[in-house]
Amino acid sequence: MCTLEKRGDLFLLTLTGDDEHRFHPDTISSVLSLLEQAKSQSTRGSVLITTAHGKFFSNGFDLAWAQAAGSQTGAVNRMHQMVESFKPVIAALFDLPMPTIAALNGHAAASGLMFALSHDYVFMRNDRGVLYMSEVDLGLPLPDYFAAMFAAKIGTSIAKRELLLSGKKIKGEEAVALGIVDSAAHDSVEGVVEATVSLGESLAAKKWNGEVYASIRKSLYPGLCAMLSVTDKIAASP
Amino acid sequence: MCTLEKRGNLFLLTLTGDNEHRFNPDAIATILSLLGQAKSQAKRGSVLITTGQGKFFSNGFDLAWAQASGSLTGAAERLHQMVESFKPVVAALLDLPMPTIAALNGHAAAAGLMLALSHDYVFMRKDRGVLYMSEVDIGLSMPDYFAAMVRSKIGTSAARREVLLSGKKIRGEEAVALGIVDSAAHDSAEGVVEATVGLAEKLAAKKWNGDVYASIRKSLYPELCEILGLKATIFATPKL
Repeated sequence: MCTLEKRGDLFLLTLTGDDEHRFHPDTISSVLSLLEQAKSQSTRGSVLITTAHGKFFSNGFDLAWAQAAGSQTGAVNRMHQMVESFKPVIAALFDLPMPTIAALNGHAAASGLMFALSHDYVFMRNDRGVLYMSEVDLGLPLPDYFAAMFAAKIGTSIAKRELLLSGKKIKGEEAVALGIVDSAAHDSVEGVVEATVSLGESLAAKKWNGEVYASIRKSLYPGLCAMLSVTDKIAASP
Repeated sequence: MCTLEKRGNLFLLTLTGDNEHRFNPDAIATILSLLGQAKSQAKRGSVLITTGQGKFFSNGFDLAWAQASGSLTGAAERLHQMVESFKPVVAALLDLPMPTIAALNGHAAAAGLMLALSHDYVFMRKDRGVLYMSEVDIGLSMPDYFAAMVRSKIGTSAARREVLLSGKKIRGEEAVALGIVDSAAHDSAEGVVEATVGLAEKLAAKKWNGDVYASIRKSLYPELCEILGLKATIFATPKL
């Protein structure tokens, strides 16, 4: 389902298997647990890279699991459960005491895209993979912290509208133009991962104090952090 | 003064007559009423296009009507009245359960530009028409919801400064570069309207649930919605 490896300074979090990497309660707790592991093992110069196998980075919440509840109320409850339990994953990424990079091997939709955007840097492929907020097409309003994420991370009104109100599947080049991702320069998964490893290594070389890094990161997104109950309470010795 | 027509899925709101389409209390009440009508007739696939006739989309509030009150206090009160009564128009657009497109036939200034920016998409002409926030030139400070609109809809600090603090009359090409409008590709009012109809038909074909659309839209602009007294909470039945 997901693994955490260490390669020198780099933590590599991988969503394994050639499937849609849907976020289901089990996946969500695994990811959370691995992020906590990375946090506990972090040192100056640590960097996290998150990626996945196959065609999908993640296609969002496990809607099939929600529907398997057998009733409308049951489905809504399961959806709500996933939305609520995913919030700590986002919080953990904002709180992580090291730079974070998402290396998108493929499609990122809905909470899968939220997961990507929770990283400091997002790289995607030029040739394959789209970003897609499916909510408007599915008839689902946005959870509050999703809306706050977009308000925080996506600068222009036009980009927000294109992502959230058009049902568009946004490819690499457009995602860069809209300022949603940092790079869509590579034509293969290997190319993307290599580029993120290279960025990871140059960030690691700075040997930053991770707690200070996280504190500065959180200070950029006060509204979102308040909603995620992520507090900023350090005073480091410079 | 203004009309609402239905063409298939599209609602077409037109500020009629070859004049400045200034917003005085009557015009404001009429627009509000027509938006209420569009809302009540909304269904999956509905889209609103707002446009004007003549050289102006709208040149803002009716300052002449304000001055006609005969005294400085009277003028200030009338201006205040227009500012307050226009707020529900902006709120109604942000709340409208369908995608909204402004097709600028000509100049949009002050409250007229606010009306345009209240739409999800703004198309203007390439060859004619400017966007102009006149407040700094006239010596009027900004109503709270105007400032919130500019903060919400205009992304960069430099663009916001160009719009509000320079007294500049911004033409199509620059408006696109600043990220204020989506398109300034057409050299005629008909071209703009045709392009907006083209976009509207694509959006209509999605057959979105309008209440969910409006809910997502409002969640993008929480600060503005709060100032306008709009709530963004609905629980829709998802298409699972």
